[in-house]
Amino acid sequence: MNIDDNEPIVKFENVGLRYGLGPEVLQDVTFSLAPGSFHFLVGASGAGKSSLLKLIYMALKPSRGLISLFGRDIATTSRRDLPSIRRRVGVVFQEFRLLNHLSAFDNVALPLRVAGVRESEIQKHVVELLSWVGLKDHLNARPPTLSGGQQQRVSIARAVIARPQVLLADEPTGNIDDRMGMRLMHLFEELNKLGTTVIIATHNSQMVERMGYPRMHLDEGWLEIVGGESARPHPDRMFGDSGSAPAGEESGESDAADGSTTNYETLI
Amino acid sequence: MFTRRSDLPLDKDALSRFLPWLIAFMVFLAVLAMAGMLVLDATAQRWDKGVSGTLTVQIVPAGTRDKDDERLQKVLLILGETPEVYRFETLSDAKLMTLLEPWLGAAAGSEDLPLPRLIDVELKPGAKLDVDKLSQRMEARVSGVTIDDHSVWLDRLVSLIRSVEGLASAVLVLIGLATVGTVVFTTRTGLAIHRNAIEVLHFIGAQDSYVASQFASRALTLGLKGGVIGLALAVPALWGIGVMSRKMEAGLLPDITLGPVHWVALGVLPLLVAFIAMVTARMTVMKTLSRML
Repeated sequence: MNIDDNEPIVKFENVGLRYGLGPEVLQDVTFSLAPGSFHFLVGASGAGKSSLLKLIYMALKPSRGLISLFGRDIATTSRRDLPSIRRRVGVVFQEFRLLNHLSAFDNVALPLRVAGVRESEIQKHVVELLSWVGLKDHLNARPPTLSGGQQQRVSIARAVIARPQVLLADEPTGNIDDRMGMRLMHLFEELNKLGTTVIIATHNSQMVERMGYPRMHLDEGWLEIVGGESARPHPDRMFGDSGSAPAGEESGESDAADGSTTNYETLI
Repeated sequence: MFTRRSDLPLDKDALSRFLPWLIAFMVFLAVLAMAGMLVLDATAQRWDKGVSGTLTVQIVPAGTRDKDDERLQKVLLILGETPEVYRFETLSDAKLMTLLEPWLGAAAGSEDLPLPRLIDVELKPGAKLDVDKLSQRMEARVSGVTIDDHSVWLDRLVSLIRSVEGLASAVLVLIGLATVGTVVFTTRTGLAIHRNAIEVLHFIGAQDSYVASQFASRALTLGLKGGVIGLALAVPALWGIGVMSRKMEAGLLPDITLGPVHWVALGVLPLLVAFIAMVTARMTVMKTLSRML
């Protein structure tokens, strides 16, 4: 990937969002995230955290303003090119959104299959990752037969299997005990160290305090970025300088296609 | 496209169970309509060939048999002079009787009944005879002669067959449209039922064509299944009609056997319907998804 270090990977400019004719749930949201940054997204429930994430993973279109991902304005990107952008964004949905008719294995394999990765590769990486999140004995289990915490781990595995460049997680540790929660947070941190930009929406203020990453704070639709004093991983490139970077052409290839998947055994 | 595993539980929804039957009925009707069309077409051609190129000259009885004989000789002479005529033959009284017997019963044998003289005329192959001119020439020398070139009833018969054929092809077109409509609605319903899964596939980065080919290959499978059932129902039906028609009086019904070419055409029909189903499903999904985010 030929992303310039200074080019923001996610950039919002004066983004507003309203549902129908209702009031704006997001107002004039402007920020840019450098590649490899790690942010928590915090705020009272109903403050627009999920809406903000949905804008990033393109489940919603902004009512106004500009959103660019990997240097491309998504409003002007053709529909045909969107899947290649989506493959570079991994999402842990708040309600998991696993496909109930598929086994845990097939759910996790989905992003690789969609990207056309060979079955033998898929087999290897999916088993490895599911083992790592403690679901080795549940490869063939359907999501409805799994507990909430297990489903959440399947959902996290699906989000990270294709080594996305951006990882979005909506309350990813909500149904998991603290020990497994920290373990998964470490997975996110390791992915982050390998270059993935991470945004985690959470209510868990304890965890936010402990990990010390900067917070994107949403309050009644207004966004403010605060903190990150104690343990910023890459302080020099926390906020990309928008505008100064040349708009490099993206190849549109997904990471998953070249098969360079993380060895998850090394992440612990 | 056909070997791709399915990520959507398309086989489990109720639609999958009734779509093959709908397609089966449509294929059944289509095969019958098409078989009818092929038979009628063959019949119309045969009649056209068999009857055109022949004339019947009738000498209306006027007075005594001797006089009629005299008129007959004159007519035969004229026919002999006509270059387009290949062959002609006067029907014997006995043959005339047998023709009339079904209508008149025993009375047909009566000597008192004045019988017309009929001459069967065969024209040279490809020859075009102006019947009106011949008629005028005859009329100038012999009175009470009518010439029937069968064109009136043949034209009517052929136009009847052609309109029935047109009806059959309209039925085929309607069946095609009904197939398209059925597949469009079942596909749309399928998209609605599996909307959640499709959205997830979408967010994960699936192209529209990835989803569309899953629907398309299912439609093809179900279409083929329905097509085979429909054909399996239609073939015995056709065979039964064939057997029944052969038991009837040969003259009443045209020969309705189908040639090998016809059977191949009928066999292709289910494949065609399955193909229509596949293309329709694909287009429906692509169109519907393009309206989604």
